[in-house]
Amino acid sequence: MIKVNNLKKSYKDVQALNGVSFRVPAGELFAYLGPNGAGKTTTIRILTGLAKRSGGDAWINGFHIQHEALDAKRQCGVVPQTINLDNELTVFENLTIHGLLFGMPAAKRKQKMRELLDYVGLGDREKTPVARLSGGMKRRLTIARALVHSPRVLFLDEPTVGLDAGIRRRIWALIKRVQKKGTTIFLTTHYIEEAEFLAQRVAFLDEGGIIAVDSPRALMSRQGAWAIDRVVDDNVKTIYFKTKEAAREYTATQDESFSFRRVNLEDAFLALTGKKVK
Amino acid sequence: MYGFFAVYYREFLILKRRFPKMIASMSVSPLLYLIAFGYAMGKAVTIHGHTYMEFLVPGLVAMSSMTRAFAIGSEINISRFYWHIFEEFQAAPISNISYVIGETLAGVTRAFFSVGIILMLGLFFGIVLSYDNPLFWLAVFLNSFVFSSLAVGLAMVVKSHADQAMLTNFVITPMAFLGGTFFPVDRLPVWAQKILFFLPLTHASRAIRAAAFRTPVTYSSYVLLAIIGMLFFLGAIHCVNRARD
Repeated sequence: MIKVNNLKKSYKDVQALNGVSFRVPAGELFAYLGPNGAGKTTTIRILTGLAKRSGGDAWINGFHIQHEALDAKRQCGVVPQTINLDNELTVFENLTIHGLLFGMPAAKRKQKMRELLDYVGLGDREKTPVARLSGGMKRRLTIARALVHSPRVLFLDEPTVGLDAGIRRRIWALIKRVQKKGTTIFLTTHYIEEAEFLAQRVAFLDEGGIIAVDSPRALMSRQGAWAIDRVVDDNVKTIYFKTKEAAREYTATQDESFSFRRVNLEDAFLALTGKKVK
Repeated sequence: MYGFFAVYYREFLILKRRFPKMIASMSVSPLLYLIAFGYAMGKAVTIHGHTYMEFLVPGLVAMSSMTRAFAIGSEINISRFYWHIFEEFQAAPISNISYVIGETLAGVTRAFFSVGIILMLGLFFGIVLSYDNPLFWLAVFLNSFVFSSLAVGLAMVVKSHADQAMLTNFVITPMAFLGGTFFPVDRLPVWAQKILFFLPLTHASRAIRAAAFRTPVTYSSYVLLAIIGMLFFLGAIHCVNRARD
């Protein structure tokens, strides 16, 4: 469980987080959605002990992130946005160091590492130097590494950024499998479809503040169910409809070209902030 | 405290992987100094009753243990700014003191390897001193500890690779040449001796040389090195704490 209360962070003159509050119950996959610079990574960095908060409080499974920092960190697995594996070491060595950092006994560590490597499809790569892995493999290994000590909370900071669609879907499946085992997952992303597919609840973050928190379906339904995009004066104008029939009726009266689609989280974000997520 | 072993083990694995290259790299400078200063120029020179080559080998031990221990700073720097591996340590449930112990010991280990290489090179030139004297190894350890701790602290303060290189140029290189490595400090003017007294390497060179020659050692040098090392070590812990953000 994650509890965040009025969390603030400022860097000199820049206010990166303006008093963010939210709760993530145990076992939930919570997505933090916002454009670049909204404060997503800053939140993760504070919650995982990589950055200091300027104000507010946060607890991971009941442990305060600053006053009980080591206990709080023991609860967490972190998959950072930038892959931070040791390229000079092998797959197995990278996991070993992580297990040692969390004080795991050798037998348990080795068993868990082998299980996880099979789990992420890298079972035959134990002795491969990380430098020889592809981008998708490195990302899967980073997720496996974060799971070695069986964390109860997993932080995923833009876990599929820069990956092609096929690999992204494999990683989504992996994240779902991890969540099914009861792990609480905190995911930051600026991929709309990622949040829609994975999350039980989504928080919209903009300019350091949360502007809405709800299930993807509830956030989307605020706009309607169907959308029609038309180009008007070199701009895309979107009209929303509660039902498919209403949308069809509207299109029957239109001569110019249009696209007809379901409402997505981008629409909901746009309606609330006036800007797109990407 | 188990965290220090994880930090140390990572550095050890990297050292093991690079070992053949490192042996070559650690041998080049001392070999050149031994040939140029010891063999070619210093043949006719004697200092305090010892040949210049005998005088030079302990000096190179002091210099090399300093530079190799300090080089751990560059490794930390690369893992911090380039590979972002430092974040893996920051997110782990290990204390700052564990991190500093792990990295400092890694610097000391590298320094001991480099000392081993110099002693082997010295052997090649026919120089065998009292390496079985525990005070010799204690002085090497203290010198490595001082500069390894300093490097860990500074690696947390610098903002880029360029800053790290600048520190080496302004701190380590002058000390390497002025800290009693290549010539006895007592041959300099008194005012210069007073300044050089404050350099840890001056004390390390003196202690290592005295132990290697089995002449009476100045215990105050050991105490001073231990105090400076502890101060740098505590400073490094403070700097690691400040390095978040």
